[in-house]
Amino acid sequence: MIVEFGHFAMILAFTTALVQTVLPMWGAVARDPALAAMARYAAFLTFGLVVLAYAALTWAYISSDFSVVNVVMNSHSTKPLMYKISGVWSNHEGSMLLWVLILVVFAALVAIRGGAMPARLLASVLSVQGAIAAAFLLFVILTSNPFLRLAEIPAEGQGLNPILEDPGLAIHPPLLYLGYVGFSVAFSFAVGALVHGRIDAIWARFVRPWTLLAWIFLTLGIAMGSYWAYYELGWGGWWFWDPVENASLMPWLMGTALLHSTVVMEKREALKVWTILLSILTFSLSLLGTFLVRSGVITSVHSFASDPARGIFILGILTLFIGGGLVLFAWRAPALKQGGLFAPVSREGALVVNNLFLATSAVAVLVGTLYPLVLETLNGNKISVGAPYFNLTAVPIFVALLVFVPFGQSLAWKRGDLLAVGQRLLAAFGLAVLAMIATFSVVRGGPVAAPLGLGLGVWLIAGSASDVLYRCCRRGLPLRTMIERALGMPRSAWGTALAHAGMGITVIGISATVWGIETLAIVSPHESLAVGPYTVTLEQSFKRTGQGFREDVVRFAVKEGDQAKGTIESSKRIHTGREMPTTEAGIVTYGLGQLYASVNDTLPDGKVSIRFYWKPLVTLIWAGALVMALGGALSLADRRLRIGASAKARKAVDLQGGSKA
Amino acid sequence: MSRLLGLCLVLWLGLVPAYAVEPDEILKDGQLETRARAISSELRCLVCQNQSIDDSHAPLARDLRVLVRQRLVDGESDETIRAYLVDRYGDFILLKPRFSADTLLLWLSPFMVLAIGGWAVFSRSRRQTPLHAAALDRTERDRLEAMLKDNDAS
Repeated sequence: MIVEFGHFAMILAFTTALVQTVLPMWGAVARDPALAAMARYAAFLTFGLVVLAYAALTWAYISSDFSVVNVVMNSHSTKPLMYKISGVWSNHEGSMLLWVLILVVFAALVAIRGGAMPARLLASVLSVQGAIAAAFLLFVILTSNPFLRLAEIPAEGQGLNPILEDPGLAIHPPLLYLGYVGFSVAFSFAVGALVHGRIDAIWARFVRPWTLLAWIFLTLGIAMGSYWAYYELGWGGWWFWDPVENASLMPWLMGTALLHSTVVMEKREALKVWTILLSILTFSLSLLGTFLVRSGVITSVHSFASDPARGIFILGILTLFIGGGLVLFAWRAPALKQGGLFAPVSREGALVVNNLFLATSAVAVLVGTLYPLVLETLNGNKISVGAPYFNLTAVPIFVALLVFVPFGQSLAWKRGDLLAVGQRLLAAFGLAVLAMIATFSVVRGGPVAAPLGLGLGVWLIAGSASDVLYRCCRRGLPLRTMIERALGMPRSAWGTALAHAGMGITVIGISATVWGIETLAIVSPHESLAVGPYTVTLEQSFKRTGQGFREDVVRFAVKEGDQAKGTIESSKRIHTGREMPTTEAGIVTYGLGQLYASVNDTLPDGKVSIRFYWKPLVTLIWAGALVMALGGALSLADRRLRIGASAKARKAVDLQGGSKA
Repeated sequence: MSRLLGLCLVLWLGLVPAYAVEPDEILKDGQLETRARAISSELRCLVCQNQSIDDSHAPLARDLRVLVRQRLVDGESDETIRAYLVDRYGDFILLKPRFSADTLLLWLSPFMVLAIGGWAVFSRSRRQTPLHAAALDRTERDRLEAMLKDNDAS
């Protein structure tokens, strides 16, 4: 009964989403305030109905209702509660419903926060959100319905795909979807502005928090996914340039560009047309990502059972929104007035360079991901585009941008003084060079890329630090004034510094992977192996059972010199239900590095075939992403972005920030 | 790049002689083994989802790894081994696509976009520069003077 209720709510949500699409847009175009005012209520209604549908499906999972096909295929009555709840999005149908759920959550949030927005803009924004929701609800209803029942009810479900049975499943997809789908708000705002025919600094101020929010979630989602792949897939890599990873990286790159261009628009009213285009492109890449993952046109761990009907349907949605958005852009954008002149050497100019490089690296990832598909369609030739391609295209373009980041960060708005900025950054540059030389002399030999990368990371961190110091510290100022100045600095300035430093931390972590050590061996009990600075000794192999699995575990004792450093375990696990084997890697963190163990095989004579890695500084890769997200969050907390903040308070902070910018 | 380098440039320290993808596959000659890793990290495991044969546990990947090492021991160059594999399995096996008519756009388009974008930005900024007003020409100056005179007179 509850399942039918949810099914019905889902279909009803489709109709309310249609209402949300048509009436407010009509109101916005025909300037009918009553119709435009419908937007908020329709958005709340759609939100409520989708929540009901989603809750019903979750209920079916929690109560192990095996009359529902989706539950049978992806759950098992013995699964822990966490995997029953997250099992909902472990499969195509459920994850699409989660996608829609997050979409309507964003629409409802926009509706709540939209009181201060011009009514026509709000109406058209919510209308576009409604259209996206309607399209995807129709997709779920027609091709991927999670509520379908079975006539003959099996006694037990087939269980979750064991690779997915991990806390990562509970966190990674929702975070990633919050990022993907969050960019829909920027898209809707862009379309709204085009319909509305007006775009100004206020528009940018409305749109920036949403972009920032989506970016934070996407950053965390990608980092989380990367760490999950690192410990789950068992061969120690953390980024594989897999099409699905690329699908999330493209909107991140484009979204990062968008984030920076909205700043220019908000402060200086420049780059209007470009910002609108970026908003459309960023969400287009999110949609493309959804298409790539869900249609099964590419093979990957993420593409569940694929069905051509689904692919064609999503392709239709893709064409409708990307095509529609771009046509509208071509038609209306020339009417938008350009504003805000600036000299080439200025903060604006630097942000244009930022946008150029970020957009180009996104293009490189896009080309590499889609090229094999397109080529095969055109002339039937099959080629592979793997990591070496991206390392020669997208990576150098991105790295080139990073070299410029500290300059851009320190340049003044409107017209900057490159020489003065250069002098200010001299200390940071010296520090970076020092770090490079120091690493060179300590490591001696080895690949050149690593010390260079390390220097780049230090350059980014020191550059951010020197910007902060310049803003609040002068020679001769009393310490109290300096602290007061630092505290009085706008949070968005702190956010920028933190985010850029976070990138630096990640760059250091990535560079250090070159110094990673891999040791493979077949060892007998009590035999020792050297792994970098550590010695590991096979202590014992044994069998163990846990909730929903049984496993063969090998345990090694770890020593550094003569000092015992605990143990590390890795296992071959068989999951009940699907009887599918997985390798559970053992990871122990020492300082910033990690010791990584992955068992290949336990041989009948008690010997163990094992693979060890020592990965110095590897945790910095993800720590940097966390710092970046934290920077984003700080920026989001900036009072100037809070639309509800009183005009007075806003003005006061503005003056303060303006005097230092 | 870093991952690739990381795989190729495993540091050869310690006492244990076994360093390879599967312990029994290793070549005794460290230099040949390094080359084998470099080659195999750029070859696709044909039956896997986007893995190199160096990363994969699949039996086919193992066969290919052994084949690469066999040919290295026989003294073949990296290029001949790659050519042989392409001959046998097609371009699909190369994770780093060769530069050819088919892949021309693949390799060039990112840099073309960067160049075109850079050119567009550059030419725009040149067109846009007059932040300070241009000097008045003669007729403008005359008109201005006339207006000022008018103003003084009234």
